[in-house]
Amino acid sequence: MKRILSLLAAAGLFCATAAQADVTLLNVSYDPTRELYKDLGTAFAASYKADKVTINTSNGGSGAQARAVIDGLQADVLTLALAADIDAVSKNGKLLPTDWQKRLPDNSAPYTSTIVFLVRKGNPWKIKDWNDLVKGGIQVITPNPKTSGGARWAYLAAWAYAEKAPGGNAQKAKDFVANLYKHVPVLDTGARGSTTTFTKRGIGDVLLSWENEAHLALKETPGEYEIVYPSHSILAEPPVAVVDRNVDRHKTRAAAEAFVKFLYTPQAQEIEARNFYRPRNQEIAAKYKNQFPNIPLATIDGDFGGWIKAQASHFGDGGIFDQIYQPGK
Amino acid sequence: MSAIGLKFAPLQSRHVLPGFKLSLGFTLFYLTSLVLIPLLALVLRPASLGLEGFWDAISTPRVLASLRLSFGMALAAAIIDSIFGFIIAWVLVRYRFPGKRLLDAVIDLPFALPTAVAGIALSTLYAPNGWIGSLLIGYGIKIAYTPWGVLVAMIFIGLPFTVRTVQPVLSELGLEIEEAAATLGATRLQTISRVVLPMLMPAILTGAAMAFARGAGEYGSIIFIAGNIPAVSEIAPLLIVTKLEQYDYAGAAAIGVVMLAASFVMLLALNGLQSWAAKRR
Amino acid sequence: MTAKFRKPTEDPIWLKALLGGLAFGFIAVLLLLPLVLVFKEALAHGLSAFWATMTEPDTLAAVRLSLTAAAIAVPLNTVFGISAAWAIAKFDFKGKTFLVTLIDLPFSVSPVVSGLIYVLVFGAQGWFGASLADHNVRILFALPGIVLATIFVTFPFVARELIPLMVDQGRDEEEAAATLGATGFQTFLRVTLPNIKWGLLYGILLCNARALGEFGAVSVVSGHIRGVTNTMPLHVELLYNNYDYVGAFAVAALLAMLGLVTLVLKSLLEWRYAGELAAMHRH
Repeated sequence: MKRILSLLAAAGLFCATAAQADVTLLNVSYDPTRELYKDLGTAFAASYKADKVTINTSNGGSGAQARAVIDGLQADVLTLALAADIDAVSKNGKLLPTDWQKRLPDNSAPYTSTIVFLVRKGNPWKIKDWNDLVKGGIQVITPNPKTSGGARWAYLAAWAYAEKAPGGNAQKAKDFVANLYKHVPVLDTGARGSTTTFTKRGIGDVLLSWENEAHLALKETPGEYEIVYPSHSILAEPPVAVVDRNVDRHKTRAAAEAFVKFLYTPQAQEIEARNFYRPRNQEIAAKYKNQFPNIPLATIDGDFGGWIKAQASHFGDGGIFDQIYQPGK
Repeated sequence: MSAIGLKFAPLQSRHVLPGFKLSLGFTLFYLTSLVLIPLLALVLRPASLGLEGFWDAISTPRVLASLRLSFGMALAAAIIDSIFGFIIAWVLVRYRFPGKRLLDAVIDLPFALPTAVAGIALSTLYAPNGWIGSLLIGYGIKIAYTPWGVLVAMIFIGLPFTVRTVQPVLSELGLEIEEAAATLGATRLQTISRVVLPMLMPAILTGAAMAFARGAGEYGSIIFIAGNIPAVSEIAPLLIVTKLEQYDYAGAAAIGVVMLAASFVMLLALNGLQSWAAKRR
Repeated sequence: MTAKFRKPTEDPIWLKALLGGLAFGFIAVLLLLPLVLVFKEALAHGLSAFWATMTEPDTLAAVRLSLTAAAIAVPLNTVFGISAAWAIAKFDFKGKTFLVTLIDLPFSVSPVVSGLIYVLVFGAQGWFGASLADHNVRILFALPGIVLATIFVTFPFVARELIPLMVDQGRDEEEAAATLGATGFQTFLRVTLPNIKWGLLYGILLCNARALGEFGAVSVVSGHIRGVTNTMPLHVELLYNNYDYVGAFAVAALLAMLGLVTLVLKSLLEWRYAGELAAMHRH
């Protein structure tokens, strides 16, 4: 079976390179990348000479998207919010090898981001850091970590802050996070839903947001919001991967691999920076350094023992997040 | 005749009309392939959990809270819809006023409007900065992003059912009985509450049951207006979606089975009610 | 009838005012306000912005997909409805009530469950997923899956309208025609169809309105590929999440208009053929 597949793949490669053919790639992505991948897709289609490429995109909550791919959504490329969701595609769908994250540089994340606070103009509640979020009647807007990737990063950022604070430990971190979610009046299913709740509905005093999402909100409605950088946050690495089983079936491996590699080129890094994602490329990062303040960042591998462990202990069924929401507590 | 048992066969052997086998055959084939087999997949899926696992999946406090919210609010919405459904049907059947036909047409709007659109529109209206929400917030009442938001959305989608089941029955109800009641000295309110309402009761209950079943399963409009806070404003269908996104297919299907069983019992009761009403007539 | 004396079956004026006010108020707040809001937001930036959304390729693709799905699902359910009504109304057999209950069932199944069942059957992890993938047949996240979900949620509509109507009309006419030597098809075409045409049309209209508007079930099986598998209700959600509120409400307004056209057609039917239609509501 494997041999047939690889033969097919080779044949596909051969056909694809023999003449310029029409290739359609499906990029299954998470919620806030709508604008980013529109730009990147156009740029890639223009620069890729082997075939005439069209990139279709599907956006949604990172977990929901992974689930759709496992159920058979024919993704050629995955660009999700966190490695755990691609791990799930590998584990539950057997669509790509378990070591997928080692195939591309920088943990397969061509760009990074972090979690910041979006507050209303003038920062009326003087919110400066994580401990300001649990004061008095402050209302915090963040999506449901069970369904949203950004929300999982936000939750872990809060955890890391409390654990690393002077005298902090795991129990204190748990109490802090539990307290934080008591200040959350709405749990939307995705990052974009939360942004809408905060901006359009006027609910809440602070939005825990992807850095890129917060910048986009500023751009959409200038002068209404401010971004606050907490003293400590988390290095969010949204990874990308080629879905082996699907590209072999579609004979699109060449184009799909070219696309994910393209995301690391200076041209693409520039587009990512313009869309408020932190580029990996040092030169371009230096060019945009005013846009991305340097704050201490926890990492998923260094502080949480990797996504597989973090996912199970914090967000699994009966995990710490579920314990926070036991009724009557 | 009874020897045939439950097999679908005509009770009378001499039937003149053709097409029995063809029409029933097609009906059963279509029903089985498109509805029954997929539903069977749902029922069989949690089997992998075993009975104990199934019970564990549906008896966690969070699942129970969401089922309580979905069914409780659906019941409340069905009651409110029944009251207003009766009033609206009464106004539409008994009174004459300009624009009646337009009003009549608007009743079905929740039926034709996509639930996502309804959800976005309702949450825009009832949010603290919306047209209705901003009025209510002055009195300290919050609708959107609380369990009351769930109720509003369910009332919205359930209304057509309660109006549309009562309306035709009411329009066929002769005025003679009311006249008789009036002649015997009953006041108008007594006539309505003691004579008309009992006669409409089967129709009102049917409408309420339909509104209830529809409300309990509703997803699209509610997720926009409820706060989706676990154990507070998280509805059961949302929990199904959440479980799916954690690749817990069996757990998702388990909640689905509970909701399906509830709908089925509801429908059986409904059909029983209808035959009871038919016999009473 | 003079103005002074109220007929005993007429409500006193205060009661009329009270009930009329309640009915109007409830309908205005609950039904009309959301509708007004949709159109107000859609036209917030004028007609040209509205039109720009309408002519966008992705919007057109969504409209095309929704119409295609409805064009497949509605006729199928119509044939099913006629066939089921014929079997149930014209013949006696055991298990009829149970059959009617089964036909009604999809109506009260949660939309999320309606989508989930097809994932369990056709999904890559489902019953037939692996063999379908081997033969490169795509059901989920493509047109067939969307059509299946649409068929499921609109399943009982035509049957529900026709069954009581045809039961009410009895079988004498058809039996007479058959005795006189008409074939089954002739009997149906010349005798039954003219009797049920308005009920049938009514059922089709409702079925179509629901087919165009379904969100929850289709959302589970669509895959949300922009311009490919997004139906109109899903496109509303996509635009809304893209900060394109005017666009979202423009498509929503288009859907609402389709719904309103359906409702007006339905009202016209009811008005012209009130007698025939009333017959089918007698149950």
